[in-house]
Amino acid sequence: MSAAQAASDDVLIARIAQGDRLAMQVLYGRHHVRVFRFGLRLVRNEQVAEDLISEVFLDVWRQAGKFEGRSAVSTWLLAITRFKALSAMRRRKDAELDDEAANAIEDTSDDPEVAVQKKDTSEALRKCLTSLSSEHREIVDLVYYHEKSVEEVAEIVGIPENTVKTRLFYARKKLADLLKAAGVERGWP
Amino acid sequence: MMATNKKMLEQEPGEIEALLPWHAAGTLNARDIRRVEEALARDPSLAKQYAAIQEEYAETIALNESLGAPSARAMAKLFAAIDAEPVRKPSASLRISTGIAEFFSGLSPRTLATAAAVGAVALLLQAGVIGAILSQGQPGSFQTASLSGPKDTVTRSLGSDGAPRAFVRFVPDARVSDIAAFLDANQASIVDSSAGGMFRVQFGDKPMSRQEVAGLMTRLQNEKIINLAAPAQ
Repeated sequence: MSAAQAASDDVLIARIAQGDRLAMQVLYGRHHVRVFRFGLRLVRNEQVAEDLISEVFLDVWRQAGKFEGRSAVSTWLLAITRFKALSAMRRRKDAELDDEAANAIEDTSDDPEVAVQKKDTSEALRKCLTSLSSEHREIVDLVYYHEKSVEEVAEIVGIPENTVKTRLFYARKKLADLLKAAGVERGWP
Repeated sequence: MMATNKKMLEQEPGEIEALLPWHAAGTLNARDIRRVEEALARDPSLAKQYAAIQEEYAETIALNESLGAPSARAMAKLFAAIDAEPVRKPSASLRISTGIAEFFSGLSPRTLATAAAVGAVALLLQAGVIGAILSQGQPGSFQTASLSGPKDTVTRSLGSDGAPRAFVRFVPDARVSDIAAFLDANQASIVDSSAGGMFRVQFGDKPMSRQEVAGLMTRLQNEKIINLAAPAQ
């Protein structure tokens, strides 16, 4: 995100704190897709993820006056989303989530083994990324997709910066193990 | 247990190795970018790992992009909930801070740079004047805190002696060169800035009559690059 957009996000939050509905629409339009995708990758259910973004932005509406601008608005949004997602996940049984996991984000592609047979490493990689634990998924997404720095990830996840680095390293190791089990060798580790 | 710990330690990433994903995502600071690039250039195994990371990076983006977007139901639900919230009254401090933030976010980078540059020049000039005053009439190079001399205070010597000042707000798309030309043409200097994107500007170094000040204000109001001007102390 550019510095200009970050600055204008701050302006929107200040307006929202005054009850400006239009500013809320602009902020929603700007961030709702990324918030949705981050939430969906965690809760693995589109319906739940949609409910989640309503809750996240309603929190923004209520808490905008307390936003101190010490982090980027997008970082704040992702931190709220994570908190809401974890609460939603706790409300649901793990088994139920696991059952839904395959259906919710599943696309029409083959499983990793078949994909490899087709020499489609890309497809296998995506499957394995989906198979990571939620702890590993969130850190991979935050760094690669949401382009968050070490400091920002530490703030969103609530862990020390060194733990952020090692957790991503282990997530990548796990990804490599999954790929190896699926017959994909990438030369690392 | 010991064996497990040892195994974990062996698997810990190196300092540079741990930064590779952020390098791929382009979110490292300049210093770390340089460190990572130097390490990649001299370590083929690190470069190999980096190639794998770039694949992961690309596929993570592709995977997330394939997730689509939420339906309009989510937005409708949100705004229905917002409509049900109690109406809030904006606080005065919030209005002011929003105004300041909006003013600066509306300025072009060039205008912001000009304002900063003008401010810096004013500070340098001020420092220069203070230095000149302090050194005036002091033949020796060494001074003590109990230096006896003229009783004039530094601030009095720096004062405008009644030179007119005005609060001025420039239009958001004012160019650096326009502001510089305006200050030059009016023998003006920015004294300080205040809330709402206003600058306190001093004109010349001599007092003006009330009529002259009124004329100055009228002239300022007619300047294309100024959208607000008011007399200041």
